[in-house]
Amino acid sequence: MRDRLIFTGQLLFTLLVAAFLVVPAILSISAGVTVNYFRGISSGVTLQWVFQVWELYAGTILLSFVIAFATLAATLVAGVPAAYALHVRAGRLSRIIEEVITLPLAIPGLAIALALLFTYQGFSDFRRSWLFILTGHVIYTMPFMVRSVMAVFATIDIKTLDEGAASLGAPPWRRFRDVIVPNAVPGILAGSLMVVTLSLGEFNLTWMLHTPLTKTLPIGLADSYASMRLEVASAYTLIFFVMIIPLLVAMQMFADQEQKR
Amino acid sequence: MPHKSFVWLCLLPLVVLTVAFFLLPMARLVVTGAEGPHGLAGYLAILVEPRYRATLINTVLLAAATTVVTLVVATVAGMFLQRHRFPGRAVLIAMLTFPLAFPGVVVGFLIILLAGRQGLIGDLSNRMFGEKLVFAYSIFGLFLGYLYFSIPRVILTIMAAVQKLDIGLEEAARSLGASPWAVQRDVVLPALGPAFVASGAIAFATAMGAFGTAFTLATNIDVLPMLIYTEFTLAANFATSAALSVGLGIIAWAILALARSFSGSTVAAAG
Repeated sequence: MRDRLIFTGQLLFTLLVAAFLVVPAILSISAGVTVNYFRGISSGVTLQWVFQVWELYAGTILLSFVIAFATLAATLVAGVPAAYALHVRAGRLSRIIEEVITLPLAIPGLAIALALLFTYQGFSDFRRSWLFILTGHVIYTMPFMVRSVMAVFATIDIKTLDEGAASLGAPPWRRFRDVIVPNAVPGILAGSLMVVTLSLGEFNLTWMLHTPLTKTLPIGLADSYASMRLEVASAYTLIFFVMIIPLLVAMQMFADQEQKR
Repeated sequence: MPHKSFVWLCLLPLVVLTVAFFLLPMARLVVTGAEGPHGLAGYLAILVEPRYRATLINTVLLAAATTVVTLVVATVAGMFLQRHRFPGRAVLIAMLTFPLAFPGVVVGFLIILLAGRQGLIGDLSNRMFGEKLVFAYSIFGLFLGYLYFSIPRVILTIMAAVQKLDIGLEEAARSLGASPWAVQRDVVLPALGPAFVASGAIAFATAMGAFGTAFTLATNIDVLPMLIYTEFTLAANFATSAALSVGLGIIAWAILALARSFSGSTVAAAG
């Protein structure tokens, strides 16, 4: 009887917390397809706000994807080889490098963005292009790629594989391409999902680094929250949810799979 | 090419990127912080100047309150979800963790939908008591927003820690006559200590630096990231904004480093 009571109490509490997280998201989704939010859903269901957002902000959505995939490319090219090097050369220097590249997780994005601005404001072509935003995203997401790949290396005996291939006469770069990278695929995939998801939603850095011509989706969102009617802002948020939730689901499935192994 | 130089070559792109776009800019930030009219003393302004100090205290209190409430909520819910199996459990876990990747601005907007001028809470309170409750733009709204993005992060860590608990210890305590409450207090909670320190530090550091949520909500609340932003854009007070950023960065980093020396690894992501 008493256990039953405790169980019910905990269940109700957990449901309440879940409601706190889910109800606002549902409000936002429903507002995005309602004719008039003030009068409620009975005023009718419409996609006009979604189309309006598309007309106004399609550029921001496109730029967000461009930056997310460029960030992914940069973290793959720089992060995967580095994870390998940091794993095989495990020593004091490697630990310091790992510490330094992890710092952007602890330091607020606002501070990193200001640092980039003070350093590169003189290079006006660079500062005005979307590449400036890209640098911020790469610095911010890099630790996720490096750590995710290193976590895979820690579970397999990469040294033996590497030496085996070396004894067969394969040069280092071929061993890296044909032995190391294929073995790191789970970590590369998990890291890639994380990098793309974080880049698509990044605001703290991007708000300081963007220009009127280089607006990403979260910047457009902030813009619409400040100046558009609630329905338009909600429809824009709805588009963001549609983009980000499949990535989150994929990430969750990936984590479950890893746990089963 | 010998293997050793190949390994160094593998590190090269990362090192170049990190030096050019992180280490150099950070050094520049520290230098800029000392370029104001007061020189190096500009760094003391965060503690000495009454307005900055009040903002710092405000931010620390808000982050601390967020951390404590998040830990309590996440422990109750996380323990429940990890210890019981029931239909719908997977859905409930998904609901509690999906806001993990929401940017701070979106969280701010969701709080407006909940407690803003056209919000759900105001609507309900209007119908029930004839009075519209609007608090999205107050410090309580900001607190609610910080809770919103902290709970998912902390709940995952707590659930993982509960999974690793040794149930045998609890059974032993019970068989020795300990009440359920005593088992929780003397066996379960101490064993979760490292998880509390690690996830609490993440929640605190994230709340200290959260900019997006404050940007959407805080029309008249002073928190450190908003202060830095207004000093930089409105007042064009570059040295002060740089000094305050360095201060904020050091606080966030120190909290995480301290927690890590207590309890292993911690990973944060900005909110």
